[in-house]
Amino acid sequence: MNDKATIIVHSGDLDKIYSALIVANGALSMGMDVSLYFTFWGLLRLKKGGMGSGPLSKMHMLGLGKLIIKNRMKKANVASLERLLADFKELGGKIIACEMTMEIMGLKAKDLNEEIIDQYGAVGTYIQEARTSAITLMI
Amino acid sequence: MADIKVDVRGETCPIPLVEMRKALRKADEGDTIEIIGTHPASKKEIPMAANALSVKIVSEEQVGDEWKIILQK
Repeated sequence: MNDKATIIVHSGDLDKIYSALIVANGALSMGMDVSLYFTFWGLLRLKKGGMGSGPLSKMHMLGLGKLIIKNRMKKANVASLERLLADFKELGGKIIACEMTMEIMGLKAKDLNEEIIDQYGAVGTYIQEARTSAITLMI
Repeated sequence: MADIKVDVRGETCPIPLVEMRKALRKADEGDTIEIIGTHPASKKEIPMAANALSVKIVSEEQVGDEWKIILQK
């Protein structure tokens, strides 16, 4: 079973990062190969310790909305981003950082958590992954 | 032939699926994997994933708000 899912992580918003990691883990759990391609604002989440730093995509309310959502997640016992990321890597998920948007965002490899990044690439890398993928998403 | 036990009671999506997948990766052919949990959606999703992965479903049962699913690799 070699179906593949490729997700462009364009947003750095907290809820969208959660969506990307939950869908990615779901796909891995069901036997698919998964690549997460981080660009633009998503790259900010690849900074060391930065996975959870994003605002909510809506209802952020200067941080109050984010607090409310985080509390609800705690009550529902939702896995942490660290846990989701660790599971993602353990199940063989791949993280690719877009070099071109790294430059636009003013990021160098040393600014990022290099341990979790499997590959650096440009749009051709994304297309290679996506063209053979059964599922492609832009989050 | 080993029995692997997975306890995901209280865990919510996607953890039950993830832990099931991890157990399947560790298991040898013929091993059984017993998963107990409470998340209602996972009770449907784990058999669905087992079918997608061509893994045999030995049994499914529910006692109170806990379900138990046994798979065999």
